[in-house]
Amino acid sequence: MSISLPRWLLLPAGLAAAYLLLPLVAMVLRVDWPGFLGLVTSPSARDALWLSLRTGAVSTLVCVLLGVPLATVLARTRFPGQGLLRSLVLLPLVIPPVVGGIALLYTFGRRGLLGGTLEALGVEVAFSTVAVVMAQVFVAMPFLVVSTEGALRTAGERYEVVAATLGASPSTVFRRVTLPTVLPGLLSGTVLAFARSLGEFGATITFAGSLQGTTATLPIQIYLERVDDPDAAVALSLVLVLVAVLVIGLTWQNPVARRRRAPA
Amino acid sequence: MTGLDLVARIPERDVDLTLGVPAGRTLALLGPNGAGKSTALAVAAGLLRSPACRVGVGGRRLDDVPTHHRGVAMLSQDPLLFPHLSVLDNVAFAPRAQGVRRSAARAAAWRWLDEVGVSGLAQRRPGALSGGQSQRVAIARALAAEPEVLLLDEPMAALDVSVTPALRQLLRRVLAERTVLLVTHDALDAVLLADRVAVIEHGRVVEEGPTQQVLERPRSRFAARIAGLNLITGRWHGGALEGHGLRVQGVTDGLALAEGSPAVAVFAPSAVSVFGNDPGGSPRNAWPVVVTDLEPREDRVRVRADTRLGEESLAADVTPAAVADLGLEPGVRVRFAVKATEVTVHPAGPDPEPPASR
Repeated sequence: MSISLPRWLLLPAGLAAAYLLLPLVAMVLRVDWPGFLGLVTSPSARDALWLSLRTGAVSTLVCVLLGVPLATVLARTRFPGQGLLRSLVLLPLVIPPVVGGIALLYTFGRRGLLGGTLEALGVEVAFSTVAVVMAQVFVAMPFLVVSTEGALRTAGERYEVVAATLGASPSTVFRRVTLPTVLPGLLSGTVLAFARSLGEFGATITFAGSLQGTTATLPIQIYLERVDDPDAAVALSLVLVLVAVLVIGLTWQNPVARRRRAPA
Repeated sequence: MTGLDLVARIPERDVDLTLGVPAGRTLALLGPNGAGKSTALAVAAGLLRSPACRVGVGGRRLDDVPTHHRGVAMLSQDPLLFPHLSVLDNVAFAPRAQGVRRSAARAAAWRWLDEVGVSGLAQRRPGALSGGQSQRVAIARALAAEPEVLLLDEPMAALDVSVTPALRQLLRRVLAERTVLLVTHDALDAVLLADRVAVIEHGRVVEEGPTQQVLERPRSRFAARIAGLNLITGRWHGGALEGHGLRVQGVTDGLALAEGSPAVAVFAPSAVSVFGNDPGGSPRNAWPVVVTDLEPREDRVRVRADTRLGEESLAADVTPAAVADLGLEPGVRVRFAVKATEVTVHPAGPDPEPPASR
């Protein structure tokens, strides 16, 4: 059973769908198929893809390890300034990534806020692979925090209360009740964070630069080659699209998420 | 088994309750919604802390003990089985959390599932259970924690009436010899499960005593209503109870009532007759009332009506034929009459009646 929609709604809806899909079609049409394999397996392309996957995986892991605790604190405690903290945590979602890169540079760069301290410790992060990961964590973490905190709030504390009255310590409750109940939200947040890390460009090029094999991730490589070698840029773009489709497909197929969606 | 001593004093909620449950006994808390019954349970479980609250189990002070070290398991009307664990692992949760090895915890879980009669469901997911099955599993899970005190918050309120009797019998069996604080709305729960009853209104204990006594001779408004009785509060003047503009004649069960002392008159709705005009004759109690509500119940109709001052709501049971003859419907003025021999007047304890200005 379903309600009937107003017919006129279909026109803007169709336009929106076409607008989102047409550019992808145009790109696929522009791909130089005979040279495709060669273009995406060139040394610079392989370096970029490998670097993107590595840094994306590491930054996603960091996002989970730090973001889940932050989401839990935001969802399960009350303290003064919490609302403000929540808004600030979401800031990287809305500020331009290039601004984030500048901010990171003036925090961890050689002349940055913590640059002197890091230098004394013999660590230099700006324009290194570590910087790529840091830029990705900065822009991707809010996705994970938002979706996990939302899942925690929706789940509520009732199961946790029951677990405590059954004698479970706070750590046991967190491990055996809290995390499993928000697993679907946590997984989709993780996928979003990974996708955002893969696509990161502005903060990375500002804070980490564009050295092949060290900081030139796939989006940066595409940007660099779009003038000199547009065929390579288009081929690499298609690779990114395919990775993204794969990631979305995997979440949708996720057995846990599917089990939770199914009516009991 | 050990007893429970509880002082739940939460000024912000206007709750001030002092309750005691002797070891191995069950105390039922009766009262309207929002009276503070669940607050008492939350304090006992350590989910609600306040400086003036005191919780003791078997002489051990629990005021600063976190919930998971209290040995106080809670069962609410929602079974709240962990959706990601099988029925067996739900029941094994408490022993596992307390450090018992997996195989031993599962063995204990099997025993408890057997005890509540659902061991056939052990491998299922909670989502595949009916409400009654879920609540049985929740009972097994709470018992598997081997709690010193069990807190039950309306454990049957959310269940289909068809499964309630069997579950009540199950609780009656497994709660015997345990220290239990039971919140309920249902007089039958109290009768079958509790040794004593405390009636709570507006955050205070207004009546407490052995179950039978409280339900047969209720003094508080709420206990009278759930026991299905009419109740008029007032003071004893010249051989009758006076209150709310009514004068009520009754028998006193041989108890002496001092002139001017607080008292309460109790009588069953079935003892009340309804007349269209002044009945005259034998009934010594006849009051003009305005019908507010008609409730069909099996072969009779319960008529609820307000007294002229609108302060007391009374109930009368009549036949459907009488409803038609008298043209009863909300707003109709009639007289309620009851023979003095059908009315018992009890001395009222701590005055449950708010000041007359209300």
